[in-house]
Amino acid sequence: MESTKEMSVKDQVKAIAGQWRDREGNLIMILHQIQGKFGYVPREVALLLSRELDVPLATIYEVITFYNYFKLEKPGKYNIAVCMGTACYLKGASQILDAVKDLLNIDEGETTPDGMFRLDAVRCLGCCGLAPVIMINDRIYGKVKKEQVMEILAAYKKNKE
Amino acid sequence: MTTTVVLIRDTDSGGADRTRDVHDLFTQKVRDAGLQNEVQVVRAADLGIYNKGMVAKILPQGIVYAGIADADVDDIVTTTLAQKMPVSRLVYCGANEQVRIVMRNCGIVNPECIEDYIARKGYQGIKRALYDLTPEKAIEELKTSGLRGRGGAGYPTWLKWSLARNAFGDRKFVICNGDEGDPGAYMDRSVLEGDPHSVIEGMMIAAYCIGATKGFLYIRAEYPLAIKRVQKALDDAYGTGLLGKDILGTSFCLDLEVRLGAGAFVCGEETALIASVEGKRGTPRPRPPYPSDVGLFGKPTVINNVETFANVSYILLNGAKTFASIGTDKSKGTKVFALTGKIRNSGLVEIPMGTPLRVIIEDIGGGVASGKKILAVQTGGPSGGVIPEQHFDTPVSYEHLLELGSFMGSGGMIVMDEDDCLVDIAKFYLGFCVDESCGKCAPCRIGGFQMLKVLEKITDGKGMPEDLDTLKRIAQAMRKASLCALGQGAPNPIISTMKYFAEEYRQHIVDRKCRAGKCTRLMRFEILDTSCKRCKLCVVNCPVHCIAGDREKGYRIDQEKCIKCGRCFEVCKFEAVARS
Ligand SMILES: Cc1cc2nc3c(=O)[nH]c(=O)nc-3n(C[C@H](O)[C@H](O)[C@H](O)COP(=O)(O)O)c2cc1C
Ligand code: SF4
Ligand code: SF4
Ligand code: SF4
Ligand code: FES
Repeated sequence: MESTKEMSVKDQVKAIAGQWRDREGNLIMILHQIQGKFGYVPREVALLLSRELDVPLATIYEVITFYNYFKLEKPGKYNIAVCMGTACYLKGASQILDAVKDLLNIDEGETTPDGMFRLDAVRCLGCCGLAPVIMINDRIYGKVKKEQVMEILAAYKKNKE
Repeated sequence: MTTTVVLIRDTDSGGADRTRDVHDLFTQKVRDAGLQNEVQVVRAADLGIYNKGMVAKILPQGIVYAGIADADVDDIVTTTLAQKMPVSRLVYCGANEQVRIVMRNCGIVNPECIEDYIARKGYQGIKRALYDLTPEKAIEELKTSGLRGRGGAGYPTWLKWSLARNAFGDRKFVICNGDEGDPGAYMDRSVLEGDPHSVIEGMMIAAYCIGATKGFLYIRAEYPLAIKRVQKALDDAYGTGLLGKDILGTSFCLDLEVRLGAGAFVCGEETALIASVEGKRGTPRPRPPYPSDVGLFGKPTVINNVETFANVSYILLNGAKTFASIGTDKSKGTKVFALTGKIRNSGLVEIPMGTPLRVIIEDIGGGVASGKKILAVQTGGPSGGVIPEQHFDTPVSYEHLLELGSFMGSGGMIVMDEDDCLVDIAKFYLGFCVDESCGKCAPCRIGGFQMLKVLEKITDGKGMPEDLDTLKRIAQAMRKASLCALGQGAPNPIISTMKYFAEEYRQHIVDRKCRAGKCTRLMRFEILDTSCKRCKLCVVNCPVHCIAGDREKGYRIDQEKCIKCGRCFEVCKFEAVARS
């Protein structure tokens, strides 16, 4: 990890591409690694990748834009995913989503102006037994009540530094 | 050398899932006691126990503790882990009416330890196939077992394999479909996290039968723990010589690799999944040719669901007859369901095919949590249908569910009670399909959108009786002309709710009422003068400023201007806003 800090973006992209170069159908896996490293797929990185793999930029964007998982914008410090899968929907997920929207004053797919929170409505997080579920970064909150949303978010707001 | 494994899981959570915290606490205490080389603490996806608080299962002893508080952790570590003595006050003994085939090892083996799986006769199925059976014989065995695909359509597994075996190709592939896109289902996740080797073994058997040398496990990126466990399992299998070249001293060679999904439901469809593994946009293509002829990179390919593969390794180990003794005539074995919604014990259940819905919902699931009247259960996810209460004695099987206008699907089972509006649910599922449509063919892209508009009209209180015919007409077109099963199945939730809950549609359209109060546009909001405390909260929250009045005279809603958003009802702390 230490050495990657000092590596230029270009070298990092080269390293990832190199690791996958000879594997068939590698583009999606490469994009996963890129997003894992940068948090999203920045335009300059997509460009570098296009040269490195000798794949047209359009092809890369075609793939990125098809899949919801890939992001073209920088994520927030804390990424809130409100599950809108069936189990959560039945247990009142829309109200949870509304509560988060109200409290942060943003819509789905938006980030707060200070870059702290990003909000997304997602499909099933695979914890339906705990519905309704929200996830903040990697942490799952289950059986959330709309009155608890404020409290949950407050803990993160404190970490503002 | 690890000798003891502690599997933990929060089976019931009031707010945050405590599993991670308790895991950290456990690990810390184990370290404090100097046991870190002997004890491994693992977070489990499913222990088959629900609503019993924090649960820990200690292996190999098989002791189960439930309702664990943070303070109990110390006791468990010093008594059970250090001295191998039980802490009797925490011991949990529960009954289990379920039959475990797919989940035979979940919660019993340490999923990160190949030796555990091997100790439970793991990899004996592939050994039997390699040593004692020709590929044809192994396929024959599957035919006898009657196993059908667990990913949705229920296609006979042996037939798929046999076609791929007989197809010509210089290379062939096996793919495990771990995309699990049905929102509200997580069976595959639990198997991948709880017993990854059983799936790998199933894939090995498939590869041997069709003559594949390479395979992929396509897993949703949203399941990081499953990905990690599967990767670890693959590494261990390579390390033990179970993957790679000359497996188990034979000439059988197989390489397996993990590929990640990227959040597109349609990629669960087999031809779209193949495109995605190839690194492209995941759009379906017309079939035939089927993947068993022209699949990944144009070569013959077998795609099966996670649960299907977990069944395969069981069948080869225990024999086709054992498997076929369970289930109905046309549906053999068991099926895992994710029982969720308004059910008391929500969780995974594995039941023999042919079990009546009522047994699953009432005996295993414990009925509806609220004590309200149960309305229906939805199976088959976004392409499935609802089954009303009067049909709960129907046995669960491919054929019976189809007869009722629903289908097995991957195993979501969502229970709805009186508080749910069936029109709203239908709209929810259709909305999902419209969002997830890949847009390649017009019937699905345009038809889905049109149907959604009509449904919105109905839930907004602007429906007309003839709208129902419009819905049926579009549904027909979508079923007939859509390219893949996403578009073909998208109208199912609407058609089935129209069939069983025609009265609800009529109420929405004619009476302009929503019985459940979900369709707020059909509601009328009024302030009850006698309960109103004049706090003005509703006034400041109304987005269209249609609540007027003062402390003296009280407040009134201008019904002409009210957009029926329901804010006033939600914010009032004194139940002074009536909704009808
Ligand atoms: C829109 C759509 C989504 C699907 N999603 C999944 C899925 O998440 N998992 C799965 O195993 N099969 C899914 N299927 C079914 C697969 O196309 C395929 O039939 C299945 O993987 C075959 O495996 P089986 O024979 O073992 O059931 C989906 C089908 C469609 C049309
Ligand atoms: S039916 Fe829908 S999802 Fe399937 S190919 Fe057509 S547009 Fe795409
Ligand atoms: S919020 Fe409730 S109590 Fe307060 S003014 Fe409105 S109706 Fe009256
Ligand atoms: S339902 Fe909405 S628009 Fe109507 S009075 Fe209440 S807050 Fe205002
Ligand atoms: S529906 Fe929300 S976690 Fe599955």
